[in-house]
Amino acid sequence: MSLPILIFTLAKIVVILLVLLTVVAYAVWFERKLVARIQSRWGPTRVGPHGLLQPLADAIKLLTKEDITPSGVFGLVYLLAPALSLITALLAFSVIPFGPVTEVGGVDLFQIADLDIGLLFILSISSMGVYGIVLAGWSSNSKYSLLGGLRSSAQMISYELAAGLSLVGVLLLSGSLNLREIVNAQTGVWGIIPRWNVFPQFIGFFCFLTAAIAETNRLPFDLPEAETELVAGYHTEYSSMKFAMFFMAEYTNMLTVSCLATLLFFGGWHGPTFGPAVLQAILPLFWFSLKVLCFLFLYVWIRGTLPRFRYDQLMAFGWKVLVPVALGNLVLTSFIVALWSA
Amino acid sequence: MPNSYFQNYIPVLVMLGVVAFLAGAMLVLSYLLGQRRPSREKLAPYECGITPTGDARQRFSVKFYLVAMVFILFDVEVIFLYPWAVIFRELKLFGFVEMLLFILLVAAGFAYLWKKGILDWTKSDSGEFG
Repeated sequence: MSLPILIFTLAKIVVILLVLLTVVAYAVWFERKLVARIQSRWGPTRVGPHGLLQPLADAIKLLTKEDITPSGVFGLVYLLAPALSLITALLAFSVIPFGPVTEVGGVDLFQIADLDIGLLFILSISSMGVYGIVLAGWSSNSKYSLLGGLRSSAQMISYELAAGLSLVGVLLLSGSLNLREIVNAQTGVWGIIPRWNVFPQFIGFFCFLTAAIAETNRLPFDLPEAETELVAGYHTEYSSMKFAMFFMAEYTNMLTVSCLATLLFFGGWHGPTFGPAVLQAILPLFWFSLKVLCFLFLYVWIRGTLPRFRYDQLMAFGWKVLVPVALGNLVLTSFIVALWSA
Repeated sequence: MPNSYFQNYIPVLVMLGVVAFLAGAMLVLSYLLGQRRPSREKLAPYECGITPTGDARQRFSVKFYLVAMVFILFDVEVIFLYPWAVIFRELKLFGFVEMLLFILLVAAGFAYLWKKGILDWTKSDSGEFG
């Protein structure tokens, strides 16, 4: 790789990261606003019009707060845990394509790295995120943190299994682990419905969605930080920017999962394109963002509507419902694909 | 070409560098910018206002270990399914039958775990499996 291309790649990564972090900050604002409306409140209104400057104010506040390191923590691990969470969350995003190949000077603008094993990369990196949480829980020297970390790791690995199984159906249909090729396999229409994987794979889709919500520790599966019993779970002892890093990691994971659901099941950036060339270039990005936004809305909607599971129910649901259903879906799909291709 | 294959990973490495720098910068900035007025109560681990009793790193339910072990077993089995799914169109019905046998074996193991009560979270810890 030549030097100019390397510099261009670096610039692209910085720009994409800035956009990503801004989107993450506004996802927090979006959630606070939407949950407030669901609960007949206004949400943030003071900082800027409609509270739009709230993420900025929060960032400044968190950065200047006292950075407390409680006594009895395991120093280095305590420090590394939030960094590990954030790094894995952001790194998983690097294989997400958000538009068709648009090369400028030999560098694709809409994806950081086009790996042949993109899907496997995301799964492996996001399962590394468990380390951040379990290390945070263990190093904090607090009982709440330890319980939260343990619960979280058990929950995440259980639901990761269901998520992994539910994605095999998509692989059977598209025959590739490359995210771009999976999206391209969904080009076109069957009659009037688009060729999105969600139609033949709706069981897989619901398994994936449920498992993904559980894996990102969101309501109704947010047992690791169930406020009523565990204070704040694994990040009870974290303050200032370290707390914010866990928070950012959680929202980045939400965003990655939303992007993944869009790419794997909802045709990625495919949608009607029309009009002049400029509009045709922008529309795929618009469709992709719109679909991702729908998933973010769904996340918040679920949070605002459903009560929390009990921990034993959660584990039983993951192992006794999701895993068998995903396995059945896999057998069924492979049977149909085998008949169809024979 | 192996050369271009590895080239795909260079942006990932650059990304890792940028992200690690970002995380490090956040830690350092909050360390430098925040005020610091430690007191004994403030540094004590949170325990609802009561003086903490005992060490936090206590023994915990063996269920968590069991879940981790079962996870590793099944995750390896899922990993076997991925390459199979990618080339499934070429394997056709033969591949289906082959994998059906494999999945049946996995399902038998799963049913055994289920029957042994590994998946029942509320069952008491004093059972056969600890």
